[in-house]
This record gives sequence, C-alpha cells and structure tokens, in this order.
Amino acid sequence: MTDTKSGTEPEAAVPVDPNVVSVTLNGRAIEAQKGELVIAAAQRHGVYIPRFCYHERMSSVGMCRMCICEVDTGRGPQLTPTCMVAVAPNMVIDTESEMTKNVQQGILELLLANHPLDCPVCDKGGECPLQDQAFSHGPGESRYIEEKRHFEKPIPISDLVYLDRERCILCDRCTRFADEVAGDALISFTSRGNETHITTFPDEPFSSYFSGNTVQICPVGALTAKPYRFKARPWDLAQQESTCTTCSVGCRIVIDSSRDEVLRYMGVDSEPVNHGWLCDRGRFNFESTKSADRVLQPLVREHDELHEVSWNEALAAAASIIEEAKAAGGAAGVAVIGGARGTNEDAYAWARLAHEVIGTPNVYSQMGDGLPADLLRLDRATIDETASATTIVLLAPDLKEELPVLYLRLREAAEKKRSRIIEFTPKQTGLTRHAWRSISYEPGSQVAAVNEALADAEIAAQLAKGDVVVVFGRANLAETITASVQALHRLLAAAPGTKLLPAFRRGNSVGALQVGLRPGAGGLDTRGVLQAAADGKIDCLVLVGADPLADFPDTELARRGLAGARRTIAVDTFLTGSSARADVVLPACAFGEKDGTTTNLEGRVSNVVRQVSPAGNTRPDWMIASGLATALGSDLGYANVGEITLDIAINVPGFDHVTSAALAASADGVLSGTPTAIWPVTLLEGTAPERNSYDLRLVISRTLYDQAVGTATSPSLAHLPRGSAVHLHPLDLARVGTADGVEVKVRSARATIVLPVVADASVVRGTAWLPWNNPGPNPGELIDCFAAVNDVRIENL
Amino acid sequence: MSSYTWAPGFIDDGDRPQIVTSRFQYEDGHTLERYLATGGYAGLKAALARTPVQVHDEVKAATVLGRGGAGFPAGTKWGLTPVEVWPRYLVVNGDESEPGTYKDRLLMERDPHQLIEGCLIACYAAGLSQCFLYIRGEMALAQERVATALNDAYAAGYIGRNILGSKFSVDVVLHWGAGAYVVGEETALIESLEGNRGMPRLKPPFFPAAIGLYGKPTIVNNVETLANLPWLLTHSAAEYTAIGTATSPGTRMVAVSGHVKRPGVFEIVNGTTTFRDLLYGAEFCQGIRDGNELKAFVPGGGSAPWFLPDQLDLPFEAKLVGAAGSMLGSGAVMVMDETTDIPTAAHTLTRFYAHESCGKCVPCREGGTWLERIMERLADGRGTESDLAQLLEIGQTICPGPFPHAASERLGLEAAPFPFKMTTICFVGPSAYTSVHSAITLFRSEFEAKLIKRKLIPVSVGATDDGH
Amino acid sequence: MSRLNDANEVLAKEIIGRYPKARSATIPLLHVAQQQNGYITNEAIAHIAELVGATSAEVLGTCTFYEMFKMQPVGKYLINICTTMSCALLGAEQLVQHAEQHLGIKAGGTTPDGLFTLERAECQAACTEAPCLQANYRYRYRVTPAQLDQFLDDLADGRLDAEIPPHGVVARVRQSIPVDRGVGAVAPDEVHEAPAWMSLGEKS
Repeated sequence: MTDTKSGTEPEAAVPVDPNVVSVTLNGRAIEAQKGELVIAAAQRHGVYIPRFCYHERMSSVGMCRMCICEVDTGRGPQLTPTCMVAVAPNMVIDTESEMTKNVQQGILELLLANHPLDCPVCDKGGECPLQDQAFSHGPGESRYIEEKRHFEKPIPISDLVYLDRERCILCDRCTRFADEVAGDALISFTSRGNETHITTFPDEPFSSYFSGNTVQICPVGALTAKPYRFKARPWDLAQQESTCTTCSVGCRIVIDSSRDEVLRYMGVDSEPVNHGWLCDRGRFNFESTKSADRVLQPLVREHDELHEVSWNEALAAAASIIEEAKAAGGAAGVAVIGGARGTNEDAYAWARLAHEVIGTPNVYSQMGDGLPADLLRLDRATIDETASATTIVLLAPDLKEELPVLYLRLREAAEKKRSRIIEFTPKQTGLTRHAWRSISYEPGSQVAAVNEALADAEIAAQLAKGDVVVVFGRANLAETITASVQALHRLLAAAPGTKLLPAFRRGNSVGALQVGLRPGAGGLDTRGVLQAAADGKIDCLVLVGADPLADFPDTELARRGLAGARRTIAVDTFLTGSSARADVVLPACAFGEKDGTTTNLEGRVSNVVRQVSPAGNTRPDWMIASGLATALGSDLGYANVGEITLDIAINVPGFDHVTSAALAASADGVLSGTPTAIWPVTLLEGTAPERNSYDLRLVISRTLYDQAVGTATSPSLAHLPRGSAVHLHPLDLARVGTADGVEVKVRSARATIVLPVVADASVVRGTAWLPWNNPGPNPGELIDCFAAVNDVRIENL
Repeated sequence: MSSYTWAPGFIDDGDRPQIVTSRFQYEDGHTLERYLATGGYAGLKAALARTPVQVHDEVKAATVLGRGGAGFPAGTKWGLTPVEVWPRYLVVNGDESEPGTYKDRLLMERDPHQLIEGCLIACYAAGLSQCFLYIRGEMALAQERVATALNDAYAAGYIGRNILGSKFSVDVVLHWGAGAYVVGEETALIESLEGNRGMPRLKPPFFPAAIGLYGKPTIVNNVETLANLPWLLTHSAAEYTAIGTATSPGTRMVAVSGHVKRPGVFEIVNGTTTFRDLLYGAEFCQGIRDGNELKAFVPGGGSAPWFLPDQLDLPFEAKLVGAAGSMLGSGAVMVMDETTDIPTAAHTLTRFYAHESCGKCVPCREGGTWLERIMERLADGRGTESDLAQLLEIGQTICPGPFPHAASERLGLEAAPFPFKMTTICFVGPSAYTSVHSAITLFRSEFEAKLIKRKLIPVSVGATDDGH
Repeated sequence: MSRLNDANEVLAKEIIGRYPKARSATIPLLHVAQQQNGYITNEAIAHIAELVGATSAEVLGTCTFYEMFKMQPVGKYLINICTTMSCALLGAEQLVQHAEQHLGIKAGGTTPDGLFTLERAECQAACTEAPCLQANYRYRYRVTPAQLDQFLDDLADGRLDAEIPPHGVVARVRQSIPVDRGVGAVAPDEVHEAPAWMSLGEKS
C-alpha cells in the first residue's frame, strides 16, 4: 500500500495552478478547470458526450441520462451522468467503453420508444439533436412494438409557440428555461411517470417575452415557432452571424434565409452579451422586412400626393429642397434628426453630410426620449461588469420591457446572488422582485429618494462593499431627464469609482452619437429642432428613420414641428405618420439587407450583415447620404461600406482599433473607447414643482410590444401590444372615484384623452402610469416636454 | 393474548425485547396520558440533561441503523452536515409505501409520542432547528393520531419554545403527502416538502445532509429509526448493542405477508433472527398456509431480489443478505407458496414500480413501462420467446452489468451479490426490473410454459408439410 | 366559485406560516381545497398559486403528480382496493371484480348516483392484512367478498358516516401550533448561527 497521506513525504515544489484539475479522458491526460462539469471539460477537449437535457446556460438536472459515461474516482468505474458531476483530481473518464456505448444505445432506444418519428414532416428534421444522436449513438433499430403515447397534435401554448407533446422527450429544457432563466414559470410538467407531459395552465398561456428561446433549445421538434413552421428545411437555409439592432443590447444572432427571404433569427451564445438568448420581439420582427407595406421606390410629393420617381429624380428633388432652405435661412435652416436605428456607417455618412456638406449644426440622433449624450464620457461599464458588480443600482426604465436580454443578465446576477440590486423606480419593474432594495419615487423626487437611501446605513455599507454600476436610463417619458441626472450625480459622488451603463433604447444610439449624429457648435437637439420648426425657423427637416409623431414624447410639439417645417425629406423603410407627410421619401434598406457595424449600449461594435437582397429599389442609408452629397455637388468618397468603417476608425475618437480586421477576428465584437468630442458633463439645474393633491403625477414608459414599426409590421407580433390605458394603484381608485375597467378622462394641462382604468399594484400611489405608443389614445398628447414633470387629473365621463 | 384489535397485524408472542412496540399492548397507547404513565418523554429529559454532543455520541455508539431501506447508521448521518452551516432541518420520512412494508404506520398510529420524542432528541443532538414530519397522504388515521399527539405535546410544553424550561426550542410541523411512492426517496421527499413534484435530485456530491431542504443541511430519518431514540436515551448504547449483533444491533420491525399461516408485524432481534424463524417459528408466522410448500419469498420489500427456500437460514443481517443476492430493505417479507403463478406475481410488482415512476429518468420512465407491458403479456399467456430476451435487454439499460440474484441448488445457480449498477437517480427504475429478473432467472420454465402457442394454419386441405 | 372560501383562506395562511418558505404549503393547501370541493378546481389552483407565490402552472404540475388529487369530481366514497403483491397473492383481483359487479361499474368509474368511485390502488401499507382496501383512506382489512358487500351497503346507507367522512376530508384533526408555544418559521437565508442550545456544554 502506498501511503498517500500528506506530510509523510515532502512534495516536489511544482507550482500548481489551483484552478486546474488533471483528469484522464479516454486514456489521455487533460487539464480541466476546477468546478467544470465532466461533460463540458470533455467537450473543450474535443470529446462530445451525447446529451439532451444538459444545456450549458442552465443548471443540470440529469434527466435524460444520455450523457452517462463510466467515470472512476478511485472506487472503480461508475456509471455517472457527466452533466451532474464536476471534475475531480485524478478522475478517469471513459466515454467510449463498451458499457458506456451500450447504455447510450439503450437510452436512445427508450427515448425513441414513444417518439413518433415523424421526421419527414417535422421542422426540426435536419437539425434535430434527437435525430442526429440517434444516428451517432443509437442502436440503429427499435424493437418497441407497443402502442405509443398519444396527445392532441400541436397545441398553441402561446401566441408564438406550438407544442407537440408526442415529439417531446421531457428533457426539462423549456420548463427550466421558463423558470430559471426567464422567470416566467408558465409551462410545467404535469401528470407523472409515463404520462408526464408539458402543459400550460388553462387560460394562462406561456406569454413570456422570451418564449422563442424554448423553440431554439428544444432538442426535438416538440416546440415550434409559428412564424417558421413549415417554412423551410434546415439544409436549404443559408446563414450568417449578425447583431440584432431592435434595442441597444446588441444580441448576437444568426440570420437564416432561403431563396433570398429571411426566415428566422437564432440566438448566438455570445459570452459578453446575450448568452444565446433573444427576446421574442427581436427574434420575430424579421417579418417586417418582407412586409408588403415597405416603401420600395423613391417618392416625391406632387399636387399633395407622393409619386414614384427614379433615384436620380428623388435625390435631385431632395438636394434642391436643401439648397433652397440654405438659400432662405442659411445652413441652420436645415435640421437632420434620427439615425439611431441604422449602422455606424449609415450614421457616419449622414453626420458628414449634415455637418460637412450641408453645414448645419442642428443634427441629432435622439428623439427627445433618450439620454444626455455627455453621459458617454463617464466611466462606462460593460454588460459583464454590470452583471458581476457587487451592487447594481437601477435608475432606469423597466429593463424587462426595454432591454429584455439585459434584464435576463441582471436577473441572473441577482438570482445567483452575485450582485445586489438597488432599484429606484417610479413603477415596479420586472427586476423589482429580484432587487435587494426597491425604492419607488414620484417623478421629480429622484434626488430626495437617492439622498434618503444614502442615509440608510445598510445601503451605504452595501455601496461601499465593492464595485458599483449604475444602469441609467429614461424611466419616464413624461418628465425631463433633469431630476434623474441630478440623482445620478448624487450617486456618483457618494460612491466614487462607480461605473455607468447607459440604458439607451434604440439599437445604435451609442454609435450614432459617437460617430457624429449630434449637434455641432450652437446646434439644437431634437426638442430644439421641433420647437424651432414649430416657430417657422426650419426650412428643411430631414427625418432619417425618424417618426416624431410616434417617438417624440410631446405629440403636440411633434405635430406643430412637422407642420411648421417648410419642407420635409424622409429616409425610411415604411411610410409612418411622419414620413407619409414628407415632400421626398427616400426608401431605405431594412435590417438584414445591408452590411455594416453597430454599437451597443456598452460601446461594443459588432457586425451586421446583408443576408438578402434589398427589397425593391431600396438603398442603405449611407448610400443615400452619399447620393445626396453628390446631388449637392459634393463627394463623401465612399464606394462601399468598408471604406466608411475604415474612415470611422481613422477619424472617430475611441474607434481607432475598431477595424474590419479586428471585427473579423472577434465574433463577440470590439469595445470602442470613450468619446472625447462630446460636451463636458454638466449638471442640469431645476427642481420639479409640488404635486397638487387632486392630481396624479404622470408616468409614461414603454412596453416591449408597442406600435413601433418593426413590431406593427410583423404579423406575429402586431397584435401583442396590450393597448393604451391608465393604470392606477388599487388604493388610489376610490380616492379618484373610479374602478377597474371604467373609462375615464385623463386631463393634463395640454389635453384630455379617454382611456380605461386598470387597477395595477405595480404603480406608485399618487401617480398614473400609461404605456407609450400602444393602440388607443396617444398619451403623448398629455406631455409638455419642457415641463420638469407632468400632472394629470382623472375625471369621470 | 398476543395480538390486539387496535393494532391490526401486530403480534408480540414470545419473549422478545421490545424497544419500539412496547405500548402497542395498550388500546390508549397513543395518548399523552398513557405515554407519560409508561415512561414517556423520559428520554427527552435524559437528553436535555446532557450536552448535544453527548447525546449524539450515545446514538453513534449504539449504531442505530436506518430503518427506511438503506440501513445507514443514524448517528453517522447526523455527523455529515457541513461544519457551521445553519439552519439545519429534520425531515421525518413517514411515507411508508414500499410493497410489503407495514410498520411505520403502526408506529404513528399506536405510539405517536414515541416518534415525536425521537424527533426532539434528534433535533437536540444535531442542532436541527425545525422538524417536518412527513406522513403519507393516504394514512388518515396516522395523520390524526400524530396531529393530536403534537397538539397535546405542544400544550404540555414538550415541543415549541424553551422545551421543559431549557434553551432547546424547536417546532415539529406535521406535513402530509398526497400519493406518490417515489416521495419515500429522500431527495424526492425534500422536493415534495418544498411544494414541488416529487422527483428525486441527483445525490452525489450533494447529499441532503449537505444540501437538502431549501438548500440547507437536512437530516432525513425514517419513523422507526427515530422511534428507537427514547428507549436508547433512557437506557444506553451498551444496553442497545447488547441486543442483536455487532453489525446489526437492536431490534427491527418486520412485516411478513402473503402465503403464511399467520401473517403479522413483529419486532424481531436484529442480526440473529433467520427467515426460517420468521416464516416457520411458532411465535411468528407458523409456516406456509394450508401446509403448502414455500416457493419463493421477497426478503426486503418489493425492491428486493427474491429468495428461494435455499436462503431460509440466512439471518436478518445486511451483509449476509447482500452477499446472498438481495437486501433487507424496509423489513418486509412477502411469501409465495407453491400455488403462486410466478409471472403474474412478478407482474404486480413491475406494474407497481412502472406506475410509481416519477418520469424523470428516461430508463425508468420509458423502460419501466415497457417492462410492464411485456410482463403483462407474458402473465396473460400472450408473450413470445423474444419477449423474455427483450425484458433482460431493457434491464441492461436500467441496470447494466451483472444483476444480483439468489443461489439455487435446483438450478445449479451461484448467487450474484448486491449491489448493481444503475442508470437512474433512484431505485424505482431498478426496482421495476428486480422482480422481472428474479422471476425469469429463478422460474424461467414458468414463463416458457405460458408462451403463446402459435399453430400454423394449413394453407389448403391436403397440403404437405412443406406447404406444397 | 371554487377558490378557497374565507375560512379556508385563513386556515391556508396559518398553514403557510409554519414553513420557512410558503411554497412548502402547496400540498397541504391542495388538500384543503379538495376537502372544500371534493376535488381540485382550476380556480383553487390559481388561488393557491397566489397564496404560495408560485405560478398556476407550477401548482398544477405539483397537483397532477400526486394521485390523491382529483381534477374531476369523484364519488362521495373513493374505494381503493389494493392490488399490489401481498394483496394480489390473497385475492385482490377477485375482490376488484366483485366490487365491479356489486357497483355495476369498472374500476376507474363512478356510480351514476355519485356515491362510489372504484379504483385499483397500489400498496397501502397493510400487507399483513391482505386483501385490504380503503374508503376515503379509512382501512378495511382481510376483506372477503361478503364483507365487501356489507361494507358498501353500510356506506351507501350512511351507517358509517361517523367513521368515514366524504371524499376530500383526510385527517379530521389538524395540527394547531399555539401562538405562545410555537417557535415560528424563519426564512432559511436569515439564519446564520447555530441554535442556542448547541452551545450547551461548550463553556467551562
């Protein structure tokens, strides 16, 4: 016997990495990481152990037993589910032993026993883990001659997902995802044993914002997505990686197309960003690309009607509008707003066109619903830094509604007890139940709320405990950003070293601001532009994918601005409320039809690709800018998008290392640096007035599904917005003399609209919450965007 | 008289030591009055007079083996909790439902205070700050008796805050199930107690003692195990180990059912009593019914491989029974006489485990049901030769490699010892296969006799044998 | 309207209060619901989900795992005849067939008058008393066909009402922890120290 007790003989002084565990895999020595599951360690070393229930982004359950291998930890080879057991020193793993193979074949035969084997009519056929592993690890034939389990063929479990329980192998992936990752445990195993199946509760569909992920992770064809059912076979698909630009999280995706038509997006597991997950809005709004309502030809208004013209005619018409405007009121008479939804290259070309060719300082990519651009100069956190910070402070909108995958990341941080969340919010959010402290405030009193929190010894101690990241965004569209910025600076002063993650909403907000779609010296922001237009001071308003009537949180000013601008040029994919009124409409390519790069909220630049041909006669925004420059007698000098990427690297501070080569080398994208050319950080002045006790303070924020053009023109999503309503705290209902479901007048200083009341305990008492841009009366009518806060009164009809 | 109408099945003939059944003789043995009049809660007082460590040491010294099936010593189990991780919980497994097993229900119905006192002693010794007493859902009377006992014991100051004026404070919460055999498995029991479907969790490396209820260290003990503690504390480890053998000290309750003259529940001396004693002894079952011959018996609950008359002289000792190809399990002997139709008898057990599969592990969920369907066919005389081979192959997916079975002189068969390899988390899957394997291994001819007799239908009148 | 009634909601909250996590009360509360309505309604599941902080789907998942919970109405008396091995060896199948004839239904069915539901049951932990059965979880041991006839008649005629309550009622005695005696449940994550008595004997 060898004495292995420590201390009996001196150990050779070999430096040992405490995080490395040496194990034997199929006879060869490998180095695994401490705590790493055997199945993952084997995969990293090129040995694929078959599996169905195991998923690297979820906890292991050991349900399917497919990954069982012989593992020896000193007690002789044991049949071990390798998804449940972490590597241990001197472990001997055999994934190819006779017994391992027999077990895997046996289990596959059992998995197939009740499976219908309807592969020829199954969407998953060709990319099905069950099909693939039946071939690679299965017995080759089934001896099961008994009657199979029968269930009603696919049943809808949500608006977007169908479930075929006969195909289901009960791997617990979708149910685990719903519970563990999304926090929407609306699907569950029911019954027991051989009768077990997945179901929703009657009349409570799987209405998760993340339901599409279950389709992607289903290892069989049990879950299928309505928009993709029977659309294609996997072997007919062409695919490329890209970046979703629906919001500013910038999830990595694969675009699958067939016959020049986008058929689906799939999430890509990008470690720093989305971990493979997507929200349903991002996943399914590809449908809008092929909408029949797209603007496919350049349009010019004649006799108060838009007529199709050639690009040359349209560009000439646009150029002459700009020339006339400049002649009438100087370059400042031209204003360019929008551009946060395109690529960096689109934004850069438009910024050069506006600033250099036209020469106007009145340029802005945000629509009055965004954040001060100078926040980008603060020390910015990455998503990873945020999701691993000791303390995450939320001074932000409901991330579940606005930046859903960021919500998943932060939810996970709280659930795994990595981070504590301190939330300041004017309405309970998706993260409220995961927050260590959720502090609600009435709009205007942010600073007081923060001061009070900082005076709490436990909170102060928590902030001093480790790194702090503030997620900062626009929690309420019915107030100016002033009070929130003041509160932010109070926090930054109290916790030095705190980093900031700016919760911009639109896909390329950060990129557009950084590459130049921001005011020049003395220039106006969007609110200023609309006010100036309303005052008759703007002769030409250029809308670059901008729809102020839908986006700008003061509908009356938007309307007056559009009416007051003498001429309007719109670059758009659809005729929106705003672009339909333009004098010239220049049809733009949609996502998936153009190449380029985009910048997410943390400053990460990643590529977007052209996977299908541009619809009709559409062009990418950068090419439109280029063409317009030419029509104006200038030359931006770009023949292709790569030249702009290079130009950005050369000219834009913080982008010097963001080259095509660097992007090609890193699938996860490249972090850009902090810009230097944005105004210095300033503290906004002003305080909100007291609220009259008969009034309610107005809170308006976004819901994931609204009437945004990408949603409204995607048939699978278009009916999902819940509709406009005024939500009041149940305890406020009696005080204002109304009840749940009753229609009331909501009166502000600006306007009165009629809406149904919804009793909603997530609303702060003394406030009234309305969803933005939902079907029904437009709450933007109620907002005065110059007022620090807006108050409303609820009146009976 | 040696049996009591209020304790159906219980027989205390003979002069055997009684550690846990001493109050079964009283019709009011379940009341606090009778309990106190017969030395009740003296064990708790004796415990409180010592330090928790001393009490724990006493239990360790007595080697009180777990009575739920695995036979793991309780004192050792209590010591497996990680250092300085709090809170720790006690979960009492009163979900008795292993086929053949009938003892915990009697203990709960007849002497609930003894169980409660055992819980309190365990909590005191191991620092368990709350106790959950999980009683099988179908046991209405046991629930009523334990509820009454708990209410009385709370009122009398034996449970709750500052028990008997000491620093010891613990709540004992009555919890009850709703019908699922698998919940008797300790990790499934914890899932069920957390309000979930009772699906077992994989244990190594996270045994409940380390990560249990609510992720906290949790001791799961069987009812009978805990019922031993009051006696142990009023007596001593030395007196406890003086009964039985060194490896199997004390007594244990055993239910003998099936084709014996006098089925019953007995408290027997552990380690020395043999199966022959039990089945044929005058103070026990008094032989096979109607003077028939013994064909086979299940020695340790429905999950245990079967024994033949060859094994009658084995004592109730885990190692010896294991080496002989079976296990003692939960103290349940089911006896089959010569009239038994083996395929049918085996099918009832396979059906039980297939029905009770939680559905988590594929080999059990799919394999168990497949086994059951084939067994049904064979029992009904609709089976074929290939079905027999198929059964054993499905078994190889659930339990790869050699499977334990008894020795048989008749068949010239050597014993294959316990344990076996398995591809499932818990024993429900293997248990579905156990009776299949035992029955085919030991009584193959009975299956063959029932195979479907296919007769060729003549092609035409006058056709020759080769069809022409 | 088959959510928990007011009295049962009070009871439910008392039961929830005994557990460190509310979710643990799911099965006891489903029993309360079944006691109230004789079976489990979807409304009761939704109500219990609210009370224990789970989704209705999760409570449904738990509920359907356990055999005692019936998602459809059953007879006033649920007759479970054990058919597992010990009982099978001593005539359980014959007893089932006899019960089927007596009641005029197949196992799994309910008599048209709503009085009896007959089920084949698995082991009831009374193996020495085979064949055995339960009526609403109250035992009858070593049952002969004649005794079965008498028993069913007694039930039908109400002669056993005192002993055997209608389906849904399991235990008629409930635990009740006196306020002045109970220690009270503490959320698991809020306990970090050994209980007070563990320090006994440590000093000196």
